[in-house]
Amino acid sequence: MDRFVFLTIDGLSRGAVYAAFALALVLIWRAARVVNFAQGAMAVAAAYVAYTVSAQTGSYWLGFVVAIVAGLLLGALVDRAVMRYVDHTSPLNPVIVALGLVLLIQAVLGMVYGSEFRPAEAPFSRSALTVGGLAVLSPYDLFVFATIGVVVVGLAWIFARTAVGLRMRAAAFAPEVSRLLGVNVGGMLTLGWALASGVGALAAMLVIPTELGLHPHAMDLVFVSAFTAAVVGGLDSPPGAVVGGLVVGLLLSYVSGYAGSDLTPLAVLVLLLAVLLVRPGGLFAPVAARRV
Amino acid sequence: MSATRAAVPPKQRPADAGDRPVDRRRGSTLLRHLAIMLAAGLLLVGVSYAVEPFRNFQLATVAAYLCATAGLTVLTGLNGQLSLGHGALMATGAYTVAFCQNAFADRGMTGGWLLPLSLGAAVLGTVAVGAVVGVAAARLRGPYLAGVTLAVAVVVPALAVTFDGVFNGEQGLSVPVEPPPVSLGPYFPYERWQLWLTGAATLLALLLLANLIRSRYGRTFRAVRDDEVAARLAGIHVARTQVLAFVVSAATAGLGGALLAVLAQSVSPGAFSLTLSLFLLMAVVIGGLGRLTGALWGAVLLVALPDLTHSLTEMLTLSPAVAQRMEGNLPLAIFGITLIVVMIAAPGGVQGLLSRLGRALLARWSARRS
Repeated sequence: MDRFVFLTIDGLSRGAVYAAFALALVLIWRAARVVNFAQGAMAVAAAYVAYTVSAQTGSYWLGFVVAIVAGLLLGALVDRAVMRYVDHTSPLNPVIVALGLVLLIQAVLGMVYGSEFRPAEAPFSRSALTVGGLAVLSPYDLFVFATIGVVVVGLAWIFARTAVGLRMRAAAFAPEVSRLLGVNVGGMLTLGWALASGVGALAAMLVIPTELGLHPHAMDLVFVSAFTAAVVGGLDSPPGAVVGGLVVGLLLSYVSGYAGSDLTPLAVLVLLLAVLLVRPGGLFAPVAARRV
Repeated sequence: MSATRAAVPPKQRPADAGDRPVDRRRGSTLLRHLAIMLAAGLLLVGVSYAVEPFRNFQLATVAAYLCATAGLTVLTGLNGQLSLGHGALMATGAYTVAFCQNAFADRGMTGGWLLPLSLGAAVLGTVAVGAVVGVAAARLRGPYLAGVTLAVAVVVPALAVTFDGVFNGEQGLSVPVEPPPVSLGPYFPYERWQLWLTGAATLLALLLLANLIRSRYGRTFRAVRDDEVAARLAGIHVARTQVLAFVVSAATAGLGGALLAVLAQSVSPGAFSLTLSLFLLMAVVIGGLGRLTGALWGAVLLVALPDLTHSLTEMLTLSPAVAQRMEGNLPLAIFGITLIVVMIAAPGGVQGLLSRLGRALLARWSARRS
C-alpha cells in the first residue's frame, strides 16, 4: 500500500510535467496545425541557458525565469525565421523541418556544452515528507503541482477571458476572416509559438532535475511521452492534454515501480499504439467527418 | 451542388518527383534496368581495383546506407508515409544477421552460401516487424504516423539493453564473417571483398526497387500518396497499398542494417539510435525525395560529410576537447541546416536541382541546333 501511494504521487508529479509539455504541443497544433517535433530540443536549449545563468550568478530562480524567457524568444524565433517559410501544403514538410531543427539544436548544444550529463539542482528537497507514517509528498512535488497548476489555469484564463486569447483562437479557427476583421494573424501565430515554447521550457526545468541531468538528448523520451499524452487526450483538446499527461505519468510510474524502469519506453509505445489503433482521435475527440 | 463549389478549381499539386510521364522510353523496363545495374556492377569492380582499401570500405558503407535510403525514399517520396523508425528496422536486420551468423559459427558450419542465407533471414525478419508496424501505420496520417515511428526509433534500441540476456546490452554482439574465398588468391584485400558483397546485394535490391517503382504497384503507391479518396474510387485498396509500401521499405532497410553489421562485424544499439533514423530521412530529403538517384546522393552524403568535417577539424588546430566536441556534432549541425534550407528553398533536393540543370542545358542545346 505504501508503495502504491508513493508510486501514485510520483506518477502524478511526472504526469503534471508531461501534461504541461503536451499542452505546449497542443497549443502549436491548434494554432498552426503543426506537431512541433523540435519542442524537446528547444526546451533543452532553454534549460541550458538557465544552467549557464544559474552557474554564473548562483541563483536558481534567476535561471528559472531566464529559461522561460529564453523559451518564449526561441519559440518566436523558430516561427519567424523558419516555420513561416515552410510550405504547409503537405503535412510532411513542417515535420521534416522540425526534425532538422532537432539535429541543429542538439548539435549546437553538444558543441557548446559537450555531451556529458550535467547535474541539475532542484530548488526544493526531493525526499518525501511523512504524514502519519506514510511517505507522501516531497516539497519538490508540491512545487511541481503548484507551478503546473498556475500554468494551466493561466493558459485557460488567457484563452477564455482575454482579448488576446480571443484573437488567437479566431486566427487559428478562421485566418482569412480574422485578417479581414483586423486581427494580426501572423503575430498571433508567433505569439502561440512563443507561449508553447515557454511552457515547454518550464516543463523541461521541472523534469530535468528528476532525471539523469542536463544533456542534449535529455528530453527525447519526455517528448515521446508527452506526444503520447497529447494523442491520448486528442491533439485538439487542451483539457485532454492535461488528463492524458496525468494518465501517462501514472502508467509510467506503475510500470517502472512494479515491472522495472527499463520497460517504461516500451509501455509508452504500447499505449501510443493502442490509443491510435482503437481511438485515433484521442479519448476526448469529437466525432469528425473526413473532408473529401 | 452549389455553383460556388464547382467554380473553385481543385488544388493543383505541383508535379514533382517520379510523376513524369513514363512512356517516353521504349523497350523492356527490366532489360534496361538490368543493363544499368550490370554497368554499375562492372564500374564498381573496376573502382574496387583502382582505389585504396579504406576507400573500398567507405564505398561499401555507402552501398549499405543506399539500401536503407532507397527503401525510405520509396516509402516517403512515393507513398507519402513518413517513417522516423527506419533506424530501428535497420537494427532488426542487423541483429538478425548477427544471430544467424553466430548460430552457424557455433555449429561449425562454413561455406559461401551461409552469408546470403543470413542476409535473407535478416530481410525476412525485418519484413515481419515491418508488417506489424505497417499495419498500424496504414491507419495513421501525417504527424500521428511520425509520432509512432519516432516512438519505435526511441524504444527499439532501449529494448536491446532491457533484454540484455539476448542482445548483450550496450556491448552488442559480434558478427563472425568468413574471409574472402581462397579462389580469389591469398592476398585479396578484405575491404575489396566487402565492397563486392555489399555492392552485389545493394544492386540487386535497387534492381528490384526500380522495377517495382515503374510497375503497377509503383503507380498505385503514387496514386495513394496524391489523393487517397481518388485512389479508392479508382479501385485501389489504400490500406493494403500502404502496408505493402511499408513492408518493401522495411525489407530494404533490414538488408541495409544487415550489411552494415556485416561490414562492422559487430552490432550494438548505439549504432542504431534515433539520430540514425533522422540521418536517413535527412539523406533522402537532401538527395531528392522519391528518386533512387536521390537516395544515392543521400547515402554518399551520409558517409562523406563526417569524413569532410573530420579533415576540417584537423585543419583548424583546436584543443583536443573542443576538437572532440566539434567532430561529433559539426556533421549533425550541417545536416540540420542543410535539411531546413533544402526543405524551404529546393524541395526537389540535389537530384531535383541536377535534373532541372540537365533539362535547361538540353533545351539550350536543342534550341541552338534548330
